[in-house]
Amino acid sequence: MASRPTGPLPRPLSPHLSIWKWRVHMAVSIVHRVTGHALAFGAVVIFAWWLAALASGPTYYRLFQDIVFSPLGVIVGFGLTWAMFQHMGSGIRHFIMDSGEGFDLATSRRMAQATFVFAMLATLAFWAFVLLGGSY
Amino acid sequence: MGNGTQLGRVRGLGAGGGAIVHHWWLQRVTAVASLFLVLWFVFSLARLPSLDYASTVMWLRQPLVAVPMCLLVVSVFWHFRLGVQVMLEDYLHGSKRVIALLALNFYTFALAALALFSVLKVALSAG
Repeated sequence: MASRPTGPLPRPLSPHLSIWKWRVHMAVSIVHRVTGHALAFGAVVIFAWWLAALASGPTYYRLFQDIVFSPLGVIVGFGLTWAMFQHMGSGIRHFIMDSGEGFDLATSRRMAQATFVFAMLATLAFWAFVLLGGSY
Repeated sequence: MGNGTQLGRVRGLGAGGGAIVHHWWLQRVTAVASLFLVLWFVFSLARLPSLDYASTVMWLRQPLVAVPMCLLVVSVFWHFRLGVQVMLEDYLHGSKRVIALLALNFYTFALAALALFSVLKVALSAG
């Protein structure tokens, strides 16, 4: 006798991350969302903390600077700066695609790749400027 | 289920009655504003001669710095609030979604209030 399912059958799911071959267009879309949330819950907190520290006086600001320019702080800052430039790059890609341009495969692929290249170069340039300039 | 009334189909606003188009549009408006304001912020920060307390306060006190900074807070916070809402609506359902959206609003407004108050305190204080 065939066994009957006791509960409701699992509903079919729409294809998700695990089923598609990874391509740069897909990566840039996912990275756009991930970096956006890293900024919303990481960079934004540090930004508000920076302003609050400025408003709280020199002693508190010194503490903020000591933490942010500690080795760990610089690594986190570097990551968040990259997230910011990456989100900026893929956001500009969104603007272009919102206007209906850049949907053919070659252009789409090149634009997606360009966002990663731009974010890396911009991050390195920014931190080279800040650290070598000695402005902290 | 039908396809809606003929008038509804002509309007083409779907079940959200225009709220979704509004959300989509505001996401773009705040994206453009944030793009310019964040670029301004990054370049200004990198060009500051020093990031110590005195020079940063002197810098932030100028009207043409304090005002863009307030606009940046409004634009960026509004933008991320819309973006996080989309993520929560994608992955959470039922009462979890309601609680998460409530928490998102509290988080956004509390942090925005702190940021704006801090800019104004620095900009408007004497000395």
